[in-house]
Amino acid sequence: MRFKHLHELNTICTAESKTIAQLMIEEQVQETNTPEADVVQQMSEYYQVMKEAVRKGLTEDTTSRSGLTGGDGKKMAEYIRKGETCSGDASALAMAYALCVSEVNASMGRIVATPTAGSCGIIPGVFISSQERFGWTDEHLVNGLFCAGAIGYVIANNSFISGAEGGCQAEVGSAIGMAAGAMVELRGGTPEQVVHAVGLALKNTLGLICDPVAGLVEIPCIVRNGLGAVTALAAADMALAGVRSAIPSDEVIDVMLEVGSAMPSRHRETAQGGLAQTPTGRKMMQKLAKPKAKRAEPETETQGSNTTDDSNTTVSETDTDSQG
Amino acid sequence: MRFKDVFSIIGPSMTGPSSSHTAGAARLGRIARQWLGCTPNRARLTLYGSFADTYQGHGTDLALIGGLLDYVTDDPRIPDAEQYAEEAGMEVEFYTSGLPAPHPNTVKIELWHGERACSLIGASIGGGSVSVHAMNDFRVQISGEFPTLVLRHADKAGVLASVTSTISSSGVNIGYMQVDRKARDGEALTAMEMDGVPNPDMLKRLRTLDHVLDIRVIDLKRGVDSDAV
Repeated sequence: MRFKHLHELNTICTAESKTIAQLMIEEQVQETNTPEADVVQQMSEYYQVMKEAVRKGLTEDTTSRSGLTGGDGKKMAEYIRKGETCSGDASALAMAYALCVSEVNASMGRIVATPTAGSCGIIPGVFISSQERFGWTDEHLVNGLFCAGAIGYVIANNSFISGAEGGCQAEVGSAIGMAAGAMVELRGGTPEQVVHAVGLALKNTLGLICDPVAGLVEIPCIVRNGLGAVTALAAADMALAGVRSAIPSDEVIDVMLEVGSAMPSRHRETAQGGLAQTPTGRKMMQKLAKPKAKRAEPETETQGSNTTDDSNTTVSETDTDSQG
Repeated sequence: MRFKDVFSIIGPSMTGPSSSHTAGAARLGRIARQWLGCTPNRARLTLYGSFADTYQGHGTDLALIGGLLDYVTDDPRIPDAEQYAEEAGMEVEFYTSGLPAPHPNTVKIELWHGERACSLIGASIGGGSVSVHAMNDFRVQISGEFPTLVLRHADKAGVLASVTSTISSSGVNIGYMQVDRKARDGEALTAMEMDGVPNPDMLKRLRTLDHVLDIRVIDLKRGVDSDAV
């Protein structure tokens, strides 16, 4: 890829008069040696999966396997029909669709990770509701996904996108930044405005912990997806209005890395802190408790060094178990 | 770069609820199965970090089993993988460990089928992307994003030269390569991420080289049991 940072995305696209989506498609073709038609086709298929997830969330039973969540997307859609929204119909619909997709995810239905499954509602929520509102073609939205992908590529390689590594700011936060930036490009904003939208959005999720109740991608994940879709729309509006991220967006991404690395493990998807350890969260966990897997016998393991460097293999053991 | 391309960010299409715990786990299971070369009849899986803490709610166990059955990330059978494993005659045991691991989402997979056995340690690094750190206790660093050749061979001078020249004569570029050995003159393992798909003729020629013990192809896009023993 010719870019690693958002400012490089902006510079290249501005110099070559390209959209971020066009650049991302070209880079993907070059990097993977795959014909452009195949690359676009793959992304189109993903967009259809997203639409199908919205449809499923609106029309089918989305009660999760735990029974804790489901049906909120439908509730939101019904509420919008009554014409009583506080945040405006466009925001509310993005929220409804985002809830639908996240509920399908929680019920082990089919979704597309954007960038993760825990944050899979935000981009479809923003994209599909906006497509209906502005009458865009699928092709336009597929381009939007490439733009979102370019933004996510930068975030993932300079910070993180998983809750286990960087908290929910890395998951829902990245998705909001990607959706906000892509929305700016879909509305005809400049690459520079796209970059500002990402910074504006990310700043608003810094420090967000990952604290899934009972370890499930349900509470608070689903609601955070719904509200995340609204934040993305709002950040896109700010950037399109000319609001700039005073702290450059690349520096905001670095801050996400700093904050996420400093988070204790109990706030990084272990269900050992935050909402998961409230009295109600604990009750839910106890209610759902299943027989645990056996603890690995200590004698079969040797102590690994305490490192997080991916290049080191610290989990090792002498094989005392009978090998076939 | 940890994340290689646009589809490691947008995608995969998958069965919920967690790209790290479900899609990444399914991919790790599939890589392990391809490393074994067939459906295992016994599997022992040890989970570390966040995998150990939250695997049940995420269906990590089901996704790992699905992967061992060669299911792709959005296979609708994943939620019922336990039942399919039973039908396939695959016995699966899960363990958790509190030991430090290279990454919060790490799994050690040990597989057996008759005389065959293999092990793998890998992590799910986010968004469904994975990184395998060890195969049969040899250090590797493979992502599963590219067709990957894994060679077990003797640690002898000239083996790698004959291997790479055989590959280059087939016109396939090696993007990343890592060699590790147990001991000098002992067994060695070489993992190579390739820009193209290894063709049957290349594999056949590689197998005839001196000191090459066996070859496996890891390819998540195609998913073949490379019965290369």
